[in-house]
Amino acid sequence: MSVITIERKVLEKNDQIAQKNRDDFTANKVFPINIVSSPGSGKTSILEKTIEHLKGKLKISVIEGDVQTDNDARRISALGVPAVQIVTHGGCHLEARLVRDAMDNVDLHNTQILVIENVGNLVCPANYDLGEAHKVVVVSTTEGDDKPVKYPNMFRNSSVLIINKIDLLPYLNCNVEQLEKNALQINPSLKIFRTSCTTGEGIDQWCSWLELQVLK
Amino acid sequence: MHEMSVAQNIIDIVLQHLPDQNAHTVKSVNVKIGKMAGIVPDSLEFSFRVIAADTPCMIDAELKMQLVPLIIRCNGCTKETNIDDPVFMCPGCNSADVTVLSGTELQVSEIEIEDTT
Ligand SMILES: Nc1nc2c(ncn2[C@@H]2O[C@H](COP(=O)(O)OP(=O)(O)O)[C@@H](O)[C@H]2O)c(=O)[nH]1
Ligand SMILES: [Mg+2]
Ligand SMILES: [Zn+2]
Repeated sequence: MSVITIERKVLEKNDQIAQKNRDDFTANKVFPINIVSSPGSGKTSILEKTIEHLKGKLKISVIEGDVQTDNDARRISALGVPAVQIVTHGGCHLEARLVRDAMDNVDLHNTQILVIENVGNLVCPANYDLGEAHKVVVVSTTEGDDKPVKYPNMFRNSSVLIINKIDLLPYLNCNVEQLEKNALQINPSLKIFRTSCTTGEGIDQWCSWLELQVLK
Repeated sequence: MHEMSVAQNIIDIVLQHLPDQNAHTVKSVNVKIGKMAGIVPDSLEFSFRVIAADTPCMIDAELKMQLVPLIIRCNGCTKETNIDDPVFMCPGCNSADVTVLSGTELQVSEIEIEDTT
């Protein structure tokens, strides 16, 4: 019997491909974000609002991840923004390789912001670097204020938290201050926005932040 | 949920390090799993067994998981703390300026192999 020392990161292959993606984004001056949330928190809705807001100002392209359908890509294409769909066929997260393949169909030269909408899941996408500049985690008020405590990895690995569906607050007993406090204990440097895709509240602030990152 | 993909990556790495897949069998695979690595050990064990069963030189390989605690160091008072709950604050001085020393790793550390006879 003999022992072989290995000491290698399990996801190093993914990390290497993510780095290639990142290099391509940098070379083309693309600002890439990876939006993650539970199913139905409002990723696509926020993206639609963001596109309405920034269209004509910034060139946006979208990569949509979904387990089964191309509904989200169709919602984005309807707004006149190029969208590439990745269907994972049950796979619970996007990996750098899938994004790299999708990038063949993205015109990076004509893209300033690339939004990657991940598969709805707060666990697995936390572990997979796609080459993004930032992970943006979305939580909606209907999910309660303890989401950060249940999924600390995701909140630790994200730079931005969007608290969506704040229009519903009068009907819920979700304490937004507590939600923010929980999130900041896990990641004190989180940038937080509160939004509603129904009333449009907070979309301004989020889009201004995004614009600032692109022009940096 | 992504444990299947993680198990596949572990087995790919092991096979790359095996001198000869026909001459050796793998007895055990040691992996370090941080408390904050986002891995459910039972789920990884299950996935590992499924894939190992289809990999001739790994059918009897044991997955040895070394769970690594989540330890932070305060950049203010230098206190090191093993934290149970994901609250990244120094219990000594309440500072949020902390460095994570361990607990996020997900790594194949070593394998034990045997000659096939
Ligand atoms: N009331 C309310 N509903 C919203 C808001 N944002 C999204 N929704 C609804 O939530 C559902 C899921 O939204 P979607 O954007 O598809 O979520 P995704 O799965 O994260 O992409 C849809 O029915 C949306 O209309 C919001 O701010 N307020
Ligand atoms: Mg969606
Ligand atoms: Zn301290």
